[in-house]
Amino acid sequence: MRDFSYTRATTIEDARQAALQAGSAILAGGTTLLDLAKCGVNEPDELIDISHIRGLDGISVGESEASIGALAKMSAVADHPLILKVYPAVAQSLSLAASQQLRNMATIGGNLLQRTRCPYFRDPATFSACNKREPGSGCSALGGVTRNHAVLGTSESCIATYPGDLAVALVAFDAVVDLGSRSVPVEEFFLEPGDRPERETVIAPGEVIIGISIPASAAARNSTYLKVRDRQSYEFAAASVAVGLELEADGRIVKDVRIALGGVATKPWRARAVEQALVGKALTEEVILSAARLSMEGAVAHGGNHYKIELAPRVVARALRTLGGLA
Amino acid sequence: MTIIEPRKHGSAADGRVGGRLSRFEGELKITGNATYALEYPVENVAHAVLVQSTIAAGRVVSVDASKALAAPGVLLVLTPEDDLGLMTAADWFGNRPENQPFHPLPKVVRYNGESIVAVIAESREQAGEAAKLIRITYEEAPAVADMDDPKASEGKLLDAMTVEWGDAEKALAASPVRIEAEYRTPREYHVAMEPHGLTAGWDGEQLTVWEPSQWTHGMARNYAEWFGIPLDNVRIVSPFIGGGFGSKGVALPYGAVAVAAAKKLGRPVRLAVTRPQNFTSYGGRAATRQTISLGASKDGVLLAIVHRGASETSVYMDYPEQTGAATPILYKVENFSSQSRVVPVNAVTPGALRGPGKNPSAYGIESAIEELAYKLAMDPLELRLKNYADHDYQSGKPWSTRRLREALTEGAEAFGWARRSHEPRSMRDGKSLIGWGIGCGTFPVIRAPSSAMIRVLKNGRVEVVSGAIDMGQGTYTILAQTAAEALGVSIEQVDVVLGDSRLPGSAIAGGSMLAGSITGAVHKTANAAREEIIGLALNDPNSPFRDTGANTLVVSEGRISVASGDGPSMTLPELLSVLGRDELEVTRNTLPDDAQSASDRMNAWTSMGRVQGPTMGDTSMHSWCAHFVEVRVDEDFGTVRVSRMVSAFDCGRLYNPKMVESQWRGGIIMGIGQALLEEGLVDPRNARTINNNVGDYLVPTNSDIPDIQVISVGVPDYEASALGGKGVGEVGIVGVAPAIANAVFHATGKRVRDLPITLEKLM
Repeated sequence: MRDFSYTRATTIEDARQAALQAGSAILAGGTTLLDLAKCGVNEPDELIDISHIRGLDGISVGESEASIGALAKMSAVADHPLILKVYPAVAQSLSLAASQQLRNMATIGGNLLQRTRCPYFRDPATFSACNKREPGSGCSALGGVTRNHAVLGTSESCIATYPGDLAVALVAFDAVVDLGSRSVPVEEFFLEPGDRPERETVIAPGEVIIGISIPASAAARNSTYLKVRDRQSYEFAAASVAVGLELEADGRIVKDVRIALGGVATKPWRARAVEQALVGKALTEEVILSAARLSMEGAVAHGGNHYKIELAPRVVARALRTLGGLA
Repeated sequence: MTIIEPRKHGSAADGRVGGRLSRFEGELKITGNATYALEYPVENVAHAVLVQSTIAAGRVVSVDASKALAAPGVLLVLTPEDDLGLMTAADWFGNRPENQPFHPLPKVVRYNGESIVAVIAESREQAGEAAKLIRITYEEAPAVADMDDPKASEGKLLDAMTVEWGDAEKALAASPVRIEAEYRTPREYHVAMEPHGLTAGWDGEQLTVWEPSQWTHGMARNYAEWFGIPLDNVRIVSPFIGGGFGSKGVALPYGAVAVAAAKKLGRPVRLAVTRPQNFTSYGGRAATRQTISLGASKDGVLLAIVHRGASETSVYMDYPEQTGAATPILYKVENFSSQSRVVPVNAVTPGALRGPGKNPSAYGIESAIEELAYKLAMDPLELRLKNYADHDYQSGKPWSTRRLREALTEGAEAFGWARRSHEPRSMRDGKSLIGWGIGCGTFPVIRAPSSAMIRVLKNGRVEVVSGAIDMGQGTYTILAQTAAEALGVSIEQVDVVLGDSRLPGSAIAGGSMLAGSITGAVHKTANAAREEIIGLALNDPNSPFRDTGANTLVVSEGRISVASGDGPSMTLPELLSVLGRDELEVTRNTLPDDAQSASDRMNAWTSMGRVQGPTMGDTSMHSWCAHFVEVRVDEDFGTVRVSRMVSAFDCGRLYNPKMVESQWRGGIIMGIGQALLEEGLVDPRNARTINNNVGDYLVPTNSDIPDIQVISVGVPDYEASALGGKGVGEVGIVGVAPAIANAVFHATGKRVRDLPITLEKLM
């Protein structure tokens, strides 16, 4: 049996100190860590359980922003009346993720850090080549079965899809990750694989997610999260989109729009080109369709995932129509 | 807390055959009190973990187990170098090769995921961690990843599966209207909620195996022959099974490994096959392809069917998934030709998965018939009724009962089929394209003898005892109903004991044959017990009935009385008491009178030697169904959701409609998964099934399943079984996938000829 030590942190400072050690891993809800430990991907020497730290599970929704503690459960955020009202896309991204049992266990901080479902990443006994697991070992997904792999943000080192939903909504609404000593916009928190796919976020040794904050905006208030998949529930997205829309007082012209994509990229993917193509324009079918196509600028297919390049713009367009009253 | 009252029923009639009695063991299961194979509290148990190959083909050059052996808690490592001293066991039909050793951990690797090494340690965690330290050196050989691999052959033609009558090729060429298409299904897996595994322990030469089993006696024979011990020395214990679907019929190589380890260690061993290992430790449904050509007259009379099928098999055994199984019997046709091939690939030998053969076969013929309907511009229901088979054209025999016409017409009525508009893409709701489709299904009535024991006890209980099993289909419940009715006791008095190879033998819970077989045995045994009770009451010197002058007595609600109502009346325990007996025990079987020797019985309970197919008698016997499906397809995304279903069944008499409906719906739900979600994804480079877990191999969730209305149109069929029922367990899945594919075509105008119908195929 692989022995590991288990420490229950009582303060964030405890957790930070412990997390400085090589081979340590933070344990919160455990839904990702235990899964990865079982398939031999993550084998920490020391587990630092932060789930008993008090005061980290708060959810507060103020005038200018919402603050969510890292230990708040996915289900608690998804069902929070003010999150539902002020940030509907955030609530929906959570309630459309995983299953109720997992949402009851998993925390917001852990959710951001969930790792890819790339089957080659998750089977180290069979596929020794995985740059994400073993830097420089190669990528087994290239040339393999790639239906669920990314088409955006890929590199020659890695084409693994970022699997989460919440982070997609957070990226759309300029949310910020609180790491204690510093705060990082969620969009910058996640890294593209480039030639270092083992680095997925900017989080440094000794850093622990304390919480997230989401600025209030009219776009966030009028937002939706649309997730498309073969199975109605409990499946990762074939393509998903978080969209927030604010119209000018005339009710026609786009004043502000936020769009981010999930299920198609190596990180939660803000579609700024689409946003820029829409701002200042009246939402018509033609405007929506031509703008939505821009979401796949730079997309590269790898065999079985080519459909995502066609699917994602349709998902973007549907969400825009819904919010813009064109549906 | 009692969540469900045991034996809860609405009226006394619910306790009789045909009543809607709730599941006997339901409370135990939902309160977690049903003990499964890996949960048996066995003292001093060691834990085994399998190490499987990561190459598709080749040879094991060496196994370096030094690090594993040095790891904490490790007791034993078994490798291909260890001669476990096992001999090959008999096949399904009882045929056994002589002097052929059996190596459950082989030196020659034949597929990716084949078990090569087992590590046994004090705890499962220690064994699992040590298993990661095993280093296997292979000499790789070229492999065939799947039937689409350029290295794959066209396949071996299986002459025994060729079916021909008339002159199909000629009639097809002469037909004014023809369609031809290829239909494909992928590898599909059982994914039972309870993964495979066992706990095994030796007591001297006595072996006890706690293992989920669809056939306790058959599995006991496997172990006995592997280990060269008498059959009576092996006990398989399997009172509860968390789903089998065909995968738990026989013992499997991992079982031999665990039992051998227990023998070597002299202590019990528990082996849990991990979820990924469940994808390669036994075979799922083989991938298939079939080309179907139909010829018809312009007014829709079917003139010819030509079918050419192929399925994957392994490189070491031929297992045909019979894509021609349903093709010959669904429609009236004078000219027919079917040929089947098996294509060897480097995969575990495929196996039986709910509705084997009939399932992919129905996907082909029921898709093709709708393609023909559209070519003819004819309503698919009308085309089916127009070509209704008045008898079995394959065997030439009349049907025993065939209410498929009623299934089609009553199903159509309940579904509202008449309101359908024929043209594809002609029904929509916003962005949802709506489509309606039909798929017919069939499954043969397979019969086999069984045996049972009934014990009437002095404490008022009546025990029904058999080695038959209940994997959720309702065996406990229907046997109680059968015994209560035949014996004349209340359902509350009856206990049922199942799932142990020490108990009287029975047919396998497979091929939808168990319910018909075992109710027949229990019915016979209960009648014999009642006769014996009455005989004793009339003849025993101590019996108060002896002087009544009655010719016979009645047993009802647990009391024995004179038919006229005059004279004594007493409960069965009171009778036993006055007779001075502790209990009354009766055992009967349904073997013919001239086949009652010990070897006849052994053969019957442990092989397919006494199994009778659907046309062994004067008639052709099958269950039938017609599925009516509504799908909603998102126009932009290609996502398919089944929004409504009506399925009408002819399964003869229903012993317990509540259990039967649950079986039908379960089959339908698996069919929805097959149509829309399920597919083993094989990496062409190393032939590994890469979605070997339930996060990536998708089965339906609750939200994928609409309300499913099921209708029974059957009538009792006493040729099919003693109590008039036909098989219910498998027919439900057959025909669902084509019904959905047909509905998707109606919704979108796109014909998807390869399952599953995932979104990119419709975008």
